[in-house]
Amino acid sequence: MTNTIIQAFGLVFAPDVLLAILCSAIYGLVIGSLPGLSATMATALLVPVTFYLSPIAAVATIITASAMAIFSGDIPGCLLRIPGTPASAAYTDEAYAMTRKGQAETALGICLWFSALGGIAGTLSLMVLAPVLAEFALSFSTYENFWLAMLGLMCATLVARSSPIKAIASMLLGLLITCIGIDNPGGVARFTLGSTDLLGGIEVIPALVGVFALAEVMRALTEREPPRLEHKRLGSILKGQWELTKQYPKQQTRGNIVGIIIGVLPGAGADMAAWVSYAMSKRFSKTPEKFGTGHPEGLIEAGASNNASLASGWVPALLFGIPGDTITAIAIGVLYMKGLNPGPTLFTEQASSMYALYIIFILGNIIMIPLGILMIRLASRIVGAPRSAVMPVIMVFCAVGAFATAGNNLFAVYCVAAFGLVGFVMEKNGYPVAAMVLGIVMGTMVEQSFVTSLIKSDGSILPFFSRPVASVLAAMTFAALLWPVFSWGVEKMRGGRAQTA
Amino acid sequence: MQLSDRLTGGAIAALGSAAFFYGSKLPPVPGQQVGPSAFPMAVGAGLVICGALIVFGIGRHFEEVAEADMASHTAPELLEPLPAWRNWLALLPPALVLFYALASEPLGFLPTAAIMVAAASFAFGAKPKLAIPLAIIAPFIINLIFLKLLRVPLPGGILPFPW
Repeated sequence: MTNTIIQAFGLVFAPDVLLAILCSAIYGLVIGSLPGLSATMATALLVPVTFYLSPIAAVATIITASAMAIFSGDIPGCLLRIPGTPASAAYTDEAYAMTRKGQAETALGICLWFSALGGIAGTLSLMVLAPVLAEFALSFSTYENFWLAMLGLMCATLVARSSPIKAIASMLLGLLITCIGIDNPGGVARFTLGSTDLLGGIEVIPALVGVFALAEVMRALTEREPPRLEHKRLGSILKGQWELTKQYPKQQTRGNIVGIIIGVLPGAGADMAAWVSYAMSKRFSKTPEKFGTGHPEGLIEAGASNNASLASGWVPALLFGIPGDTITAIAIGVLYMKGLNPGPTLFTEQASSMYALYIIFILGNIIMIPLGILMIRLASRIVGAPRSAVMPVIMVFCAVGAFATAGNNLFAVYCVAAFGLVGFVMEKNGYPVAAMVLGIVMGTMVEQSFVTSLIKSDGSILPFFSRPVASVLAAMTFAALLWPVFSWGVEKMRGGRAQTA
Repeated sequence: MQLSDRLTGGAIAALGSAAFFYGSKLPPVPGQQVGPSAFPMAVGAGLVICGALIVFGIGRHFEEVAEADMASHTAPELLEPLPAWRNWLALLPPALVLFYALASEPLGFLPTAAIMVAAASFAFGAKPKLAIPLAIIAPFIINLIFLKLLRVPLPGGILPFPW
């Protein structure tokens, strides 16, 4: 045990890993603070770089860059009322209201301080939950794995802030995309339309780069240029944060717990955590009327929540290869690439790598504070970078990055263009792309567990429901499927009663 | 790019039925009841059901709630609609990426990327003072990162990288 931990420290405190952490931290802070560039996009564009790093350094860049980007998305939200990443959208109003009252430094300080604390809380949950669940998961057979994957997919459609039917359609579309190629139980070429490039199937990374990065560039073209940020002198960032920590312990704990739970749910990530936590904070507050006028309470809860969800999103990713959010969807691809194949045995066979991962999370959240302060001080220079300079470069990165990750194959570049278009059209019409991405990442696994189970049972579907754990997971999946109908029914009944009264 | 639910739902249903029929024609694995056709057929059937429900406008209510929520949290000046031609401009980035796929081998990375950067930069409303230096410098830096740091062989074409 102690030996493994010492080994893990050795892995993290290698010069290449530390350098990777520092560079990706700066990268994440800059990308996150630019309006319109999300943390997922920052991660997707990092993948080609991780190709050429050692496994631990590769994972470290993803962890650090995503955590930094989620925090620094708060900066333009606070100063300009434009969220840097979707994860900050829920409380942008509140933070901006504080800035208007002349409390910009307090608002930014809250975002930074509680982001770091939330991130550490999320890491602790990962450290506690993952090994316990790993022991449990070792006894799973293909039936349980199938239902677990289905439950994950259903959760992803449930939490999408859109029509659940459109979300399910997006998810199925993702599953259909994974059918392309010869990687299936029969080894038959499916949906290849005679193309040799399609025989190998659609690679996950070019699809992700298209959907998350190129589609963002496209969307930026249809939106207005954000206003320029005036240079402002800010006071001490961390002043008063300790008092706030002591004043709102309940809000903070609740934010952390909600963030952790939402992070563990497949497909639901930081943006969802922030929305739920902000709404919860308002509902349980003693002074809900103050919300929206520059009140720190909701900011504390939601700011802690979105960073807490980041680490706990790794729990299902590491254990089952089921992404907890869109960032871990990308991370899973990198884990496979680096030989750290997700699964419960990862915790026994590669224990030192897992401890190294925890250490990186904690280290990342600690260096977030000094680097974040530096970033806030420089914000007026960086946030003001013209879109007409940043977006074209990102577009070239999309093309070259996909080319590099797919083994220098131009087919990947075509995929980026196609998925950019698909992602853009879907998003504009209310089809959540995150659900499709989850389908793409998990498709092969779902099919394998589905077909293997059916072969084992000689085509009977009875064992899917007769094994105890499988039946519980199946019940949960159907509950998730029927939940929207139920909530709609309840609302309808309430509405009907209110009208008759 | 805003299409009606009838159109998108219909397209999804059509895609689903195509997947279902294509899947049903796949050859089975000898001696096994379940083969490569089961999964595409199941997914295709699911898509047909979802597509039909979308055409009939079921679930629209949830979208309206989410949209109203989003609108109440966004600055009002950002919600004002832009002229329609700006929507079509969104097709430029995928077109430029396609251009890269087609032109990077004959033309080489540096000229291709320079054209891409310049075109996109002008589309974002940059002045030539910014767009042209950017189009010259950015491809060099990207090439340096990929060629030297990551060792990805980018095509040289007519204008190979000088070192």
